[in-house]
Amino acid sequence: MDITRRALIKAAAASSAIAAAATLFPGVSFSGWQEMEGASGAIQWRKTPCRFCGTGCGLLVGVSGARAVAVKGDPNCSVNKGLCCVKGYHSVQALYGRDRLTQARIRQPDGTMKEVPVSEALDLIAEKMQATIKSHGKDAVAMYGSGQWTIPDGYAASKLFKGCIGTNNVEANARLCMASAVTGFMTSFGIDEPMGCYEDMDHADVFVTWGNNMAEMHPVLFSRMLANRNRKKHVKIIDFATRSTRTSLAADKSILFRPQTDLAVANAICYEIIRNNWVNWDFVNNHCSLHKGKTNIGYGTEDHFAFTDKAEDVSFEEYTKFLQDYTPEEVEKISGVAAMDIKYLAALYGDPDKKVTSFWCMGMNQHTRGTWINNLVYNIHLLTGKISSPGNSPFSLTGQPSACGTVREVGTLTHALPHGVVMNEEDRRMAAEIWQVPVDNIDPKPTYHTVEMFRALDRGDIRFIWIQVTNPMVTMPNLIRYRNGARKEDRFVVVSDVYPTPTTDVADVILPSAMWIEQEGMYGNSERRTQHFEQILEPPGEAMCDTWQIIEVARRLGFEKQFPWSRESYIEDIWNEYIRFHDDPKHRMAPYALLKKRSGVQWPFVDGRETRWRFNPIYDPAAKQEGFDFYGKPDHRAWIWVRPYEPAAESPDSDYPFWLNTGRVLEHWHTGSMTRRVPILHGAVPSAYVELNPEDAAAMGVVSGGEVKITSRRGSIVMTAVINGRGNPPRGMVFVPFFDESYLINEVTLDAFCPISKQPDYKKCAVKVERV
Amino acid sequence: MPVFSYIAYPVAGEKQRLCRELAALEHCQVIPADNEEIVILVTETCNREQEEKLHTRLNKIESLQSLAMTYGHMDGQTAEE
Repeated sequence: MDITRRALIKAAAASSAIAAAATLFPGVSFSGWQEMEGASGAIQWRKTPCRFCGTGCGLLVGVSGARAVAVKGDPNCSVNKGLCCVKGYHSVQALYGRDRLTQARIRQPDGTMKEVPVSEALDLIAEKMQATIKSHGKDAVAMYGSGQWTIPDGYAASKLFKGCIGTNNVEANARLCMASAVTGFMTSFGIDEPMGCYEDMDHADVFVTWGNNMAEMHPVLFSRMLANRNRKKHVKIIDFATRSTRTSLAADKSILFRPQTDLAVANAICYEIIRNNWVNWDFVNNHCSLHKGKTNIGYGTEDHFAFTDKAEDVSFEEYTKFLQDYTPEEVEKISGVAAMDIKYLAALYGDPDKKVTSFWCMGMNQHTRGTWINNLVYNIHLLTGKISSPGNSPFSLTGQPSACGTVREVGTLTHALPHGVVMNEEDRRMAAEIWQVPVDNIDPKPTYHTVEMFRALDRGDIRFIWIQVTNPMVTMPNLIRYRNGARKEDRFVVVSDVYPTPTTDVADVILPSAMWIEQEGMYGNSERRTQHFEQILEPPGEAMCDTWQIIEVARRLGFEKQFPWSRESYIEDIWNEYIRFHDDPKHRMAPYALLKKRSGVQWPFVDGRETRWRFNPIYDPAAKQEGFDFYGKPDHRAWIWVRPYEPAAESPDSDYPFWLNTGRVLEHWHTGSMTRRVPILHGAVPSAYVELNPEDAAAMGVVSGGEVKITSRRGSIVMTAVINGRGNPPRGMVFVPFFDESYLINEVTLDAFCPISKQPDYKKCAVKVERV
Repeated sequence: MPVFSYIAYPVAGEKQRLCRELAALEHCQVIPADNEEIVILVTETCNREQEEKLHTRLNKIESLQSLAMTYGHMDGQTAEE
């Protein structure tokens, strides 16, 4: 059947409407649909997780002929139960932007890019890697990947670089979004990823969103939370944030705090819980231990910054004494949060009859004390024993579809391996055995975390970098330095992507990548759910799966033995090899055949059962102790941490009197390289803007639609002002979304990071704002 | 080339009339539900001006209670352009 583009668009429009109607009216039928022009009448619906955020919504993609024409929510996926957000419903259109990269390109001596056969580009990549290693050593080559990598992508990258080449120069952009969650889990529980699951939303009586605009960033989960509140009238949602958002509007109570002072408020909540004797003593005595770490730990703004924390035991009395500095009245002075609101929060957490779930995402994780604030929210849940049971859950939501699956579970960070860390000899031995490489190949010393990796590129310590599925020339903080570094002579940059971006602009070689359902793969979402998707469509031109790109280069480097797989079964073979790393009840993964069948399977998957709540022997077969078993720690206890309030790396002053806060919007995925090519999403929010507080705007004489200049010590940008938009910052703060490559707000931000997690703080730096 | 789709909700008891009135409009394709009181409307106009005129006409249809947009496509408004 010859289907014109116009007919296809109409068919997609009708399919979307039918899919939406099916969600609203289960069982509805439209027999007239097949008579419509362009509809083949033979739409095949194929399951996949959504391409975009870390929620992991199950989608059914409607395929007509060789093209995806419609999307509906997968009613069999427990994550979203048939619902999607606006990005999900329009997701397949992101496959069909007019400027898809379909051919490899190599930069010519005159600076132009020339299309070449992909095999020629792969030859050049391997040749450059070999030459760089020969002239500058193995640690001069690096791979920078993504939480949008599939699990096989990340696994192949880790095996090639860590196992075969022998460098720990593997990082992923999840360092920019989830690293503090990881170190929070590791320091408090000794094992990564949430103990709870999305079912907590169906059980909780109280939800506290900590700096987390769920209404825009996790809209399907937010809908589920609202549905729970609609069903049970006593359910409360408390939004605790630095700026008013759509989440604040929907919440029962909105509490604003000054940037960075969430540390003080969390301690004040604990102070109140202890003062009122709301402590669950059985839980604390039997399942917790108390510790303190170093203080005044720095901000990492200088090259080669290093920090190692040291834990010391403390008694409950010492902890109580430490909290005396955090009375609600004292913390009100620091945070701007009324003492009565702090007491209200403490009373909600302290009420033994209420189940409480805390949600957070970038607000707590992109924080120069990100590890600490994660620890402190865990402290609240541990003091009250509200953890690891239905409805009681401290829950760090993920931003990307496989930040958990690929980065945290496969271990595509400099210090990590698919099981454990490079510093641990036993973990290195396991990796060497599974990878069939000499154990000495695996370097026991981590190299560069993300910020330091791009600093090393700037300095010349790294000469070759291969970037896949991410856009660091938009997302790196203090961007000007890192863009200039990438453009230096004698640096070789390879970028694998699906569209041209500011990152492909600095590339010496561009590889066209297959996107999402143009390849087979797996993602891992926020709630430990692995989600498989089949190849549903053919990639355009010579576009190639990122995993296969790595395999091709590995073979050119002489690692045929380690990368022996065939095009027909390499994803299955990689999965079967990978899950050998997790063959124990604490992390066992589902078999390939089951993943293909279901809309996601949660790990630990033991004896045919998924684990909903970890550390609780009722649900978790790895938990052996009575009550709870925090088996990640040698003492089988969760750690309550003594962590103080410390100020931000850079605060407003007389020269730069405003806070700059950055983030996302509902309609766009990260840097917008895909969603800005979907007309309806692009049309909804066509360009970035700066949100101003109405009083600040009036004081400057700025009206909505007027232009303002935002300047920091690192750069400046001129943007359109929005006043009383979807978000409203308090006086003294401006907010800018980062999705628009025409307005690179990260030229203004600061590359300070949490010294423990090394995750940068995109939420706080000092700027001045002037009317243009 | 704007293309949009909507779930159209008729005024109570007016589904058949709504189908007739929508189908009578230029640029409109109607897919009635077989077993629910809703109608899918797919519109296809040549430009923004025509699209606005169509909306003016839609607003005058008395049997139409409301429209819920489910899809939109407008050439010439993508980021790469």
